[in-house]
Amino acid sequence: MDAIILQILNGLDKGSAYALIALGLTLIFGTLGVVNFAHGALFMIGAFCAVTLQRILSLSHEVVDETRTDFLGNPMKVDVPYVYDWFGEAAGQAIINWSVPLAILFSIPVMILVGISMERGLIKHFYKRPHADQILVTFGLAIVLQEIVKAFYGANPIPTPAPAAFTGSFDFGVLLGFDPFTIIYPYWRLIYFVFAMVIIAGVFAFLQFTTFGMVVRAGMADRETVGLLGINIDKRFTLMFAIAACVAGVAGVMYAPIVAPNYHMGMDFLVLSFVVVVVGGMGSLPGAVLAGFLLGILQSFASMTAVLDVLPGINQIIIYLAAIIVLLTRPRGLMGRKGVMEE
Amino acid sequence: MSKSNFTRRGLLKTSAIAGAGLAVPTIFTGASWAGSHTGFTNAPEGSTVTLGFNVPQSGPYADEGADELRAYELAVEHLNGGGDGGMINTFSSQTLDGTGILGKQVEYVTGDTQTKSDAARASARSMIEKDGAIMITGGSSSGVAVAVQALCQEAGVIFMAGLTHSNDTTGKDRKANGFRHFFNSYMSGAALAPILANAYGTDRKAYHLTADYNWGYTTEQAVRESTEAVGWETVNTVLTPLTETDFSAYIAPVLNSGADVLVLNHYGGNMVNSLTNAVQFGLREAQANGQDFQIIVPLYSRLMARGAGENVKGIFGSTNWHWSLAQGFTTPDGTEVAPDPASAAFVKSFGEKYGFPPSQAAHTCYVQTLLYADAVNRAGSFNPCAVVEALEDFEFDGLGNGPTLYRGADHQCFKDVLVVRGKENPTSEFDLLEIVEVTPAAQVTYAPDHPNFGGAEASLGSCNPGA
Repeated sequence: MDAIILQILNGLDKGSAYALIALGLTLIFGTLGVVNFAHGALFMIGAFCAVTLQRILSLSHEVVDETRTDFLGNPMKVDVPYVYDWFGEAAGQAIINWSVPLAILFSIPVMILVGISMERGLIKHFYKRPHADQILVTFGLAIVLQEIVKAFYGANPIPTPAPAAFTGSFDFGVLLGFDPFTIIYPYWRLIYFVFAMVIIAGVFAFLQFTTFGMVVRAGMADRETVGLLGINIDKRFTLMFAIAACVAGVAGVMYAPIVAPNYHMGMDFLVLSFVVVVVGGMGSLPGAVLAGFLLGILQSFASMTAVLDVLPGINQIIIYLAAIIVLLTRPRGLMGRKGVMEE
Repeated sequence: MSKSNFTRRGLLKTSAIAGAGLAVPTIFTGASWAGSHTGFTNAPEGSTVTLGFNVPQSGPYADEGADELRAYELAVEHLNGGGDGGMINTFSSQTLDGTGILGKQVEYVTGDTQTKSDAARASARSMIEKDGAIMITGGSSSGVAVAVQALCQEAGVIFMAGLTHSNDTTGKDRKANGFRHFFNSYMSGAALAPILANAYGTDRKAYHLTADYNWGYTTEQAVRESTEAVGWETVNTVLTPLTETDFSAYIAPVLNSGADVLVLNHYGGNMVNSLTNAVQFGLREAQANGQDFQIIVPLYSRLMARGAGENVKGIFGSTNWHWSLAQGFTTPDGTEVAPDPASAAFVKSFGEKYGFPPSQAAHTCYVQTLLYADAVNRAGSFNPCAVVEALEDFEFDGLGNGPTLYRGADHQCFKDVLVVRGKENPTSEFDLLEIVEVTPAAQVTYAPDHPNFGGAEASLGSCNPGA
């Protein structure tokens, strides 16, 4: 029982990341009709926003410490962050400590800029081209973006810790009456789950309760008619692309303390997120979220030792297996509607 | 109704085509080993000789590859008489005098292994065929090392392995043309087990998470067998995909497994992530079976330790070489170890050139280049078979690991192994590991026909001069 609760919890944070990425993908599918293989790269850029802000805040100047020697036996040069000089050591340390939450604010303008320049600069030229072209160009873009990140940050994962206050873990076992150290769950993963729920609710509320959202929903259903009503749908769709980029970006920022960011983390999530979108039902935002959590939890269960002993290797294929079963029984995905994105 | 011309079928079809296109492996043309040489592949003509440095310049081990390349460039500089000569001055064999190899200036070409066997073979092949490389060296993965070693055997050039830790490189996959200076999984296990028994007791239950490839298997086996020999019990062993980045689903069950030790048979990015996850899940504060829970990382690298940050503190592992040997140190039991002049010479030339201390990957690559050059000088020929003969059962000192034997039976170096632990109070970003013990070579030596190394069937074959 405790193992099952633990794996459900485990699936929630992975599912949160899948859901947030799939949400953005579906928004872009739905509005622009573009298969955006560079969406994973946006998630990765978000994570690197956290790394970048951490580095900016840690910018330092060298102070020679005569009392210590470096590896060559010379007086040691110690790096003192500028924030220490400006705010004092304790406050400076606290600011660096909180770089990940602060990076959310930092990432929003960055992601809007990246999203708009990506859409206006490249993707809009491919709206009328075949899907194969769209896939190739966005896939190529993803490779270019990840190589740029690698050139600047190197190939190794970069630790980006959460604020010290959230680094511990919560003992659910004690809460539920189990022994201590049976169901332990890190605070930051709980925060990630709550954060994902807030973002998802925010996006849904935006689409449901604002005029802008209404126009976008109308445009997703019938772009031509909305255009005929004199609404500049292209402009709104560009903004939607920027919003989708932001969702992926903040998802990446918050994910940085969970898995140390590296340049190919976007690709790792991208393929699975596409499966999530297909399983959820193309063009269905609730479907993307539901499938994200469902597949995240399924994947966690498949990694359990008890399951692996019976079905070795199931952890590698469970998501695809689930996708096959869902598509065989419900060809439009879990919540896909008839007529959406069909000829 | 949607007016989009976008269809699910269309997406799946185009995705499949795109995916298949990207997955097509590099196809090699069956060109024969070219060249008009005198008796062996790529016999150097004129006043220069070309070495091929095959390192991961992209992919997950690119940072390690970059450090290897720095070491190779430094070695070439020293061989050609540049710089301060580094470990040439401390090397017990005194044939290297800064005039290149056998009087020929050393030039080099580089290839990118991408940490993929097929890419590594293609780049090695290109360096041999197109650039006339007489020797191939490098790599940061055992899968790559085994593949490139086999290719060099076929091609008739010498392969001086870089960072490769799997038993198989000089075990069941050993080749006459291939040589490894780096230590291996068995040695890690043999060096670690007594220290672990001493630190954590003999009544321990271990849970292994193992990278699902060649190196992971041999490391798990080595640590499992050596810890079981000191009384530990192995509760479970779980293989994790090499591409995994979030190990939470594998870490969570450890808590309820009855284990009180977690062994992470992971390297590079895998290790950084699995260790970070384990710490996040509170394993370091946890109690199990009435004891403090412990984590072990059998193969440590400083580059990796830097990636894992704070999380490495107090965690045991092993390493082939560490730059702090240059300064001397005191082990936790109070033994004073004097500075090693060879390591000091290497750290000085590397540190002054690049501004930071070399990694163990850089060290082994630098040493392999010097060992090759010296063997050619002693043999008086670049002929691979003459080089093999010069290296087999060669005993040397002054290259940073103390007295070392290049055993003829399997082309593996036998030398002391360092057991290290994540430092509690690092003084700089490079000072992350402290040496706990220098395990003497005798304690990690095994018979060439050891069952973990291919048994009696394992054979080097005969050397191939090619052409």
